[in-house]
Amino acid sequence: MLHKPLAVAALLAASCGAQAASDADLAAIRSQIDEMKKSYEQRIAALEKKLAQAELDAQAKPAAQAEARPATPDKQAPAPAVAVAPASASAFNPEVSLILQGQYAQMKNVPDRTITGFWPAGGHDDHGKGVSTRGFSLNHTELIFSAGIDPYWRGQAILAVQDEAVEVEEAWFQSLAIGRGVGLKGGRYRSGIGYLNEQHPHQWDFANAPLMYDALFGQEASYREDGLQLKWLAPTPVFVEFGAEVGRGANFPGTDSNKNGAGAWAAYVHVGDDLGVANNWRTGLSYLKTSSGDREADFVDINGLQAQGLFNGDTATWIADFVWKWAPDGNPKYRNFKFQSEYFVRKDKGELTCMDEGGVGNTCATPATGDYDTRQSGWYAQGVYQFTPEWRAGLRYDQLDSGRQNLGANAASLVVQDYKPKRATAMVDYSWSEFSRVRLQYAQDKSMAGFTDNQWIVQYIMSLGAHGAHKF
Amino acid sequence: MIRLMLSLLLAALCFPATAALQVFATVPEWGALLREIGGDKVNVFVATTALQDPHRIEARPSLLAQARRAQLVVATGADLEAGWLPLVVRDSGNAGIQRGQPGYFEAAGYVTLLDVPATLDRTQGDVHAAGNPHLQLDPRNLFRIGEALATRLGELDPPNAAAYRSGYQAFAGKWQAAIARWEKEAAPLRGVPMLVHHASFVYLAHWLGLKQTGTLEPKPGVEPSSGHLSGLLARQQSAPAKMVLRTAYQSDGPSQWIAGKAGIPAVMLPFTVGGTPEAGDLFGLFDDTIRRLLKGLN
Repeated sequence: MLHKPLAVAALLAASCGAQAASDADLAAIRSQIDEMKKSYEQRIAALEKKLAQAELDAQAKPAAQAEARPATPDKQAPAPAVAVAPASASAFNPEVSLILQGQYAQMKNVPDRTITGFWPAGGHDDHGKGVSTRGFSLNHTELIFSAGIDPYWRGQAILAVQDEAVEVEEAWFQSLAIGRGVGLKGGRYRSGIGYLNEQHPHQWDFANAPLMYDALFGQEASYREDGLQLKWLAPTPVFVEFGAEVGRGANFPGTDSNKNGAGAWAAYVHVGDDLGVANNWRTGLSYLKTSSGDREADFVDINGLQAQGLFNGDTATWIADFVWKWAPDGNPKYRNFKFQSEYFVRKDKGELTCMDEGGVGNTCATPATGDYDTRQSGWYAQGVYQFTPEWRAGLRYDQLDSGRQNLGANAASLVVQDYKPKRATAMVDYSWSEFSRVRLQYAQDKSMAGFTDNQWIVQYIMSLGAHGAHKF
Repeated sequence: MIRLMLSLLLAALCFPATAALQVFATVPEWGALLREIGGDKVNVFVATTALQDPHRIEARPSLLAQARRAQLVVATGADLEAGWLPLVVRDSGNAGIQRGQPGYFEAAGYVTLLDVPATLDRTQGDVHAAGNPHLQLDPRNLFRIGEALATRLGELDPPNAAAYRSGYQAFAGKWQAAIARWEKEAAPLRGVPMLVHHASFVYLAHWLGLKQTGTLEPKPGVEPSSGHLSGLLARQQSAPAKMVLRTAYQSDGPSQWIAGKAGIPAVMLPFTVGGTPEAGDLFGLFDDTIRRLLKGLN
């Protein structure tokens, strides 16, 4: 149909050239045009008939396909009960995804990498693992399974596969059917305290966690709990969520204790909302109470000799968090900006026993127990700007304060350092799609007193399989 | 702190219970359909706008708060909302809107999906296993979806079931007349070859007989590359497209580039309700879509 006027126009244009065209010629041309018109119309009619037949055929096809499209509402068949072919048992398999993550790192060789002025989370036999692995290495390879269990529960397991070890990162069930805003989770889970705590490394915006998470929870940079989590979402137009957790409390800053009852508990509140269509935010306040029995760390005595300390007591951790996200028109695909910041205060209160496990003849040859009381704090702030669908760039600043470290009677024999660890980090990353990303990161790390470590990391993160939804 | 918590708690408890059915629509077209059918019997919250890529929505806190209070979630399904809705529904603590409950409705379950991939492989881009989810752009799909939605609304709110039924019937009558008008208006578009940014207009093309000759994205969800665009441009010689289409939320760069080089118009279509000022409701959406397509043709 489109071509018909064109053809006519072309013909007319051609005929214009024939200036001396007689009436007979004109009549001939007219009849030719008429012929063409008719033939086109016939061909179109035939095509339309064919199309109609094809559509009928398509509609008559298997009952598995719902009837194509009702032309009018009164002709409609009753809505199909979502016709799906009966699937095999494997259709019930959980959603599976696998995260491939690895890096190349260039930094100083520091066998005992700690944060000066802070209790090392790994005790005194875990120094230097992972954190200062240089050269090429694999990060955790995470295997994630999740599925609805029945109408009442949903389950998820995240296994971190490493050489010669499979670690159960998370394994929990979650309620679906309690209602009234109540959510119950049980098993091993990343605690809902703070903001970054629930996120796995592949969701981080930098190749490593903020210094404060290392100081608070050790190398895993997350407080994980074997226990129960109860959340309540208020029925308000503004997001207001309260959470409470009780659990075993085996992880740093607590220690494992084989006892009845709970070894740790946590409580938090999160509030969030939109600010216009382009801005959203969330903020929160969290509290974690853990207790320790013989929590170990290395110390240095007044003569510079190694000594060991055992802490018995309670640790209270407060975390305030804030996240703000911006995207033009609320469409983050092309450009967006994310700002996040968290602040913590941690207080240890109890007793410290000083010992000489290595028999080096330090001042604690006869174990001495004294009061131990600290108040330490720290924060980080980071901004990540995505300026094209593929590219993002980000800056982060970390600062901690060793704060008050009151050693009571042991102050005479042990030395603690007052220090403000700092680190500045810059990163740029490129994503081919939602499922693959490579990142270059530079950090100037002053987390250990006495030197500055310039760290370069090139990291890749690839996710295979199910398309998991990410939290805000 | 405790005082703040208490006052928040009180605010929560004293929150006025509204009589209208609370509905959470994931995308604007379902919000508009709900308003057509339910009128003032429903109180509709729409989670996204026409200027937002429905594949890339974040599970932001306000969505959780709204899902918590919803009696019905109306989604497109076919994995369109896979990146955020499952999380919002699960974490809402709302038992009524979980998948499989009467309070969870997916439009894709009521229509025949096009472009169902034969093989599932992410090397083919971000393909949707169930088929192309942009099903609102064939207006004929709205009969079946609308009827099912009216039935569902009636189940959740029995006193108003008759109102929803008659609301749907009134809509269907007007809709049928409008479709006849649109089909007549759009007759010159039949068979017209078009380039598209993303496979957003498969259902529109199927309905109006447009011929989609290429996508600016090399693979679904992968941004247009200059190499791929040059390839498309080269193909203009042998199989010329008449215009290049994009949605209101897609960047205009790639389609402007190819339009400029090929000397064809770049046409932005509203894609859903609110995508253009004229597309204020479902009728406006198709009025404006066809008007813009016809304008592109001339």
